[in-house]
Amino acid sequence: MTTTSADPVTFEDALERYDPVMGMEVHVELNTASKMFCGCSTVFGADPNTQVCPVCLGLPGALPVVNARAIESAIKIGLALNCSIAPWCRFARKNYFYPDMPKNFQTSQYDEPIAYSGWTEIEVDGVSYRIEIERAHMEEDTGKSLHVGGATGRIHGASHSLVDYNRAGIPLIEIVTKPIEGTGAKSPEVARAYVAHLRELVLGLGVSDVRMEQGSMRCDVNLSLRPIGVTTLGTRSETKNVNSLRSVERAVRHEIGRHAAVLDGGNRIVQETRHWHEDTGVTTAGREKSDAEDYRYFPEPDLVPVAPSREWVEALRAQLPEPPSLRRARLQADWAFSDLEMRDVAGAGAMNLVAETVAAGAAPQAAKKWWLSELARYANEHDIAIDDVPMSPEQVAQVQGLLDAGRINDKLARQVFDGVLSGEGTPEEVVARRGLEVVSDDSALGDAVDRAIEANPDVAAKIAAGKHAAAGALIGAVMKEMRGRADAGRVRELILARLG
Amino acid sequence: MTDLTRLTAAALADALAAREVSAVEATQAHLDRIAAVDGGVHAFLHVDVDGALATARAVDDARAGGTAVHPLAGVPIAVKDLLATNGLPTTCGSKILQGWIPPYDATVVARLKVAGLPILGKTNMDEFAMGSSTEHSAYGPTRNPWDLGRIPGGSGGGSAAAVAAYETPLAVGTDTGGSIRQPGAVTGTVGVKPTYGGVSRYGLVALASSLDQAGPVTRTVLDAALLHELIGGHDPLDSTSIDSPVPAVVEAARRADVTGMRIGVIAELGGEGYQPGVRARFDDVVALLSKAGADVVEVSCPSFDYALAAYYLILPSEASSNLAKFDAMRYGLRVAPDGVEVPSAEEVMSASRAAGFGDEVKRRIILGTYALSSGYYDAYYGSAQKVRTLIARDFDAAFEEVDVLVSPTAPTTAFRFGDKLDDPLAMYLNDIATIPANLAGVPGLSVPSGLADEDGLPVGVQLLAPALADDRLYNVAAAIEAMLAEQWGGPLLAQAPELEVRT
Repeated sequence: MTTTSADPVTFEDALERYDPVMGMEVHVELNTASKMFCGCSTVFGADPNTQVCPVCLGLPGALPVVNARAIESAIKIGLALNCSIAPWCRFARKNYFYPDMPKNFQTSQYDEPIAYSGWTEIEVDGVSYRIEIERAHMEEDTGKSLHVGGATGRIHGASHSLVDYNRAGIPLIEIVTKPIEGTGAKSPEVARAYVAHLRELVLGLGVSDVRMEQGSMRCDVNLSLRPIGVTTLGTRSETKNVNSLRSVERAVRHEIGRHAAVLDGGNRIVQETRHWHEDTGVTTAGREKSDAEDYRYFPEPDLVPVAPSREWVEALRAQLPEPPSLRRARLQADWAFSDLEMRDVAGAGAMNLVAETVAAGAAPQAAKKWWLSELARYANEHDIAIDDVPMSPEQVAQVQGLLDAGRINDKLARQVFDGVLSGEGTPEEVVARRGLEVVSDDSALGDAVDRAIEANPDVAAKIAAGKHAAAGALIGAVMKEMRGRADAGRVRELILARLG
Repeated sequence: MTDLTRLTAAALADALAAREVSAVEATQAHLDRIAAVDGGVHAFLHVDVDGALATARAVDDARAGGTAVHPLAGVPIAVKDLLATNGLPTTCGSKILQGWIPPYDATVVARLKVAGLPILGKTNMDEFAMGSSTEHSAYGPTRNPWDLGRIPGGSGGGSAAAVAAYETPLAVGTDTGGSIRQPGAVTGTVGVKPTYGGVSRYGLVALASSLDQAGPVTRTVLDAALLHELIGGHDPLDSTSIDSPVPAVVEAARRADVTGMRIGVIAELGGEGYQPGVRARFDDVVALLSKAGADVVEVSCPSFDYALAAYYLILPSEASSNLAKFDAMRYGLRVAPDGVEVPSAEEVMSASRAAGFGDEVKRRIILGTYALSSGYYDAYYGSAQKVRTLIARDFDAAFEEVDVLVSPTAPTTAFRFGDKLDDPLAMYLNDIATIPANLAGVPGLSVPSGLADEDGLPVGVQLLAPALADDRLYNVAAAIEAMLAEQWGGPLLAQAPELEVRT
């Protein structure tokens, strides 16, 4: 029987017979103010086709000029990935026709990348993995096609298509790993950890916003299986545009199962690109990709070679920030966090946010608590990245400062977060506007206590008889009357002073 | 009153500066001439009467107001239709760009506008500069003013014919393998391909990016130098533009002194395949140079034998990629495929390119696509680049021995329409002497050397100099021009037949 829809194979089952090999291709959109080869703005979200000029529209006669800042960023990424930096390299034209490519060739790099032969180290469950970097090269982004009228937003079934060229010419760095082997059952997590690590590394360099949901970091996952014990590589599939950390992990897991099912059925894996479906967690066939696919690369004659001087490269190396692994170790020591706590912070993507909150004066545990509870929940509910939560680390530290000073309590603090996140102003302003400050005036509290005792004579009698545990009921009544704006400890003291 | 169209650009500039004539008068005279003769010559694809006169009026106003203007302000000019002109059609001689009006100016055009040269219009050319006769223009050929039954050269036949027919004193051309120099030779005019990177390519619709260069098309060497000085110089919008001052070309054109100069005759160019009249006029010039005190020697450039083959791999390769942008998606011709109800973008691209490109363009796109294909790249494009290096080395070695190299510009005089249209190889051979300069990036100039005895048609001599030594070309060419004018009792063009004037 020849069928391509073979019986599903579970991930665990697949790994008993097969050894997965991965290759990751990550595109990072640089945050330069202007495009790769012209002066157009790169700001995300502008009206379609408002950030274009003869150069990035590929009008006849227009010529590219390299953005020096983009080269600097590429070198920084190369250095951070322990790559060699080419003393001399060129751009090349990658020729193929597509409506969102203004020139019908992409100005890219081919056999002369700016950075090559690097490595980086990641950690999964306490085990280190060294990922070999094949190359990091510069290229320009294409425009964006919008397919209208179909159900899926894909070209299939659409009535017409629109193209926005604002993105055309935005500088990209493509980072390509060598085959990642020997990761076995950990492959999905290794893939995820690698992308998360790369994200953190690039963020630390300040050369990209690396927002996966906005497409400023895009990930293609290559995967192949080979029977355990075999050393030659199997046929790979290339799953395109896997654009969240969670999806990277799921896509690898799915592809391992799919490949295993195809191979178990005695069929061959087709070398092709695959579409990842976030909603259903599966991939579907895209374009068949044979090795004969021919982009007719040749050196870009409109640009002169890029030849970064050794002095420049060394100056950039000297400016590199602390590598993420060292930084993380330092922060863990400074914060006195356990491994588990660090993993939670990293997993939430809140490492920098916690660090900035601590830098703004909050205690590490407090900073962690807020980011991993209130703020993580907010991000989740609103389906945004935690970096996009509309509250700054400084403001989080301010709330904690109010708590530490006894001006608000834990419960009120949650209301302050709600106010700030709703756009009501700074923590101080929210406290003032909502009247959230704890009442520390003993006479006001005393009156409330007296009323509580009067209203609950039975309870008061129990306390007077020495059952101090019963005080809780009175404290609750007082807190209710004060609408939470009281220090429960002080209320207890006042009750006991009157009845004790 | 003198006929303003017969003045050189330098003489017209002087008359304008002295306010003996106005820019409007000068411009109107040329517009009238175009109206009178261009029906027969067909040098222009588009004439911008209003724009040219508006520029002329602005120059006259500035001069009247005492504002300092560029010395060439008010001198009319024509621009090859390969250069982007804001608000003026730019077709590159192709149907695929019919109706395209660029929203921006080429740097060369911007410099002309800043200097106040009224742009008369856009000149005809072989489609995307592919050809040596203008027969490949999608809008019909330009005719040689010396004989309307013959080709004016190409690809820039429109610019050369316009200058030769006194429709304009100045024109801008582009030269990828001889498209300025060969038309200059067959129309009895002066054409210069500057050092690669000497004149900005920004806004010049690319044929082969590593070979293309814009340059002057004029009736005299001095006029060419004046225009070269204006359009040359560094442009930050062109990465391959050289960041150094324009060579002192005007001074060199005025010097015109070859005493003690070492001049090399290229052994590989000028023998078999060259028309007897071409060779005879070339020998005359060599003899004149010797007589004038130059030290003439023969120099060998053995790799030049492979120049044509290398050129016809590099040019189509780059062109196949450069012309990919013409896909009907954003501008230019759009054709829906026959019999397809809902065509895809790809089908529209294919149908538009099939309808919009002429046969020669398609031929070169196919050649280039093939040469760049994986598996063939090394054998074709790679080998051609090696030949290119060898040719550059031949030039380096030759310029160790001599200051300037000379050869005939083209192997024949102007041929009749249709003679070579069905034989691409014969057509390609027109550029055999001019191609090496493009491959090596060195400057070249063609200056009239007389009429061939057998057909009475113009012949040109080519001068070549090291990169950035463009001034040497002007010095030697001006000397040749002066010696020959003395022999002939005036410029060569004075011997051209009068064109029939339509009133």
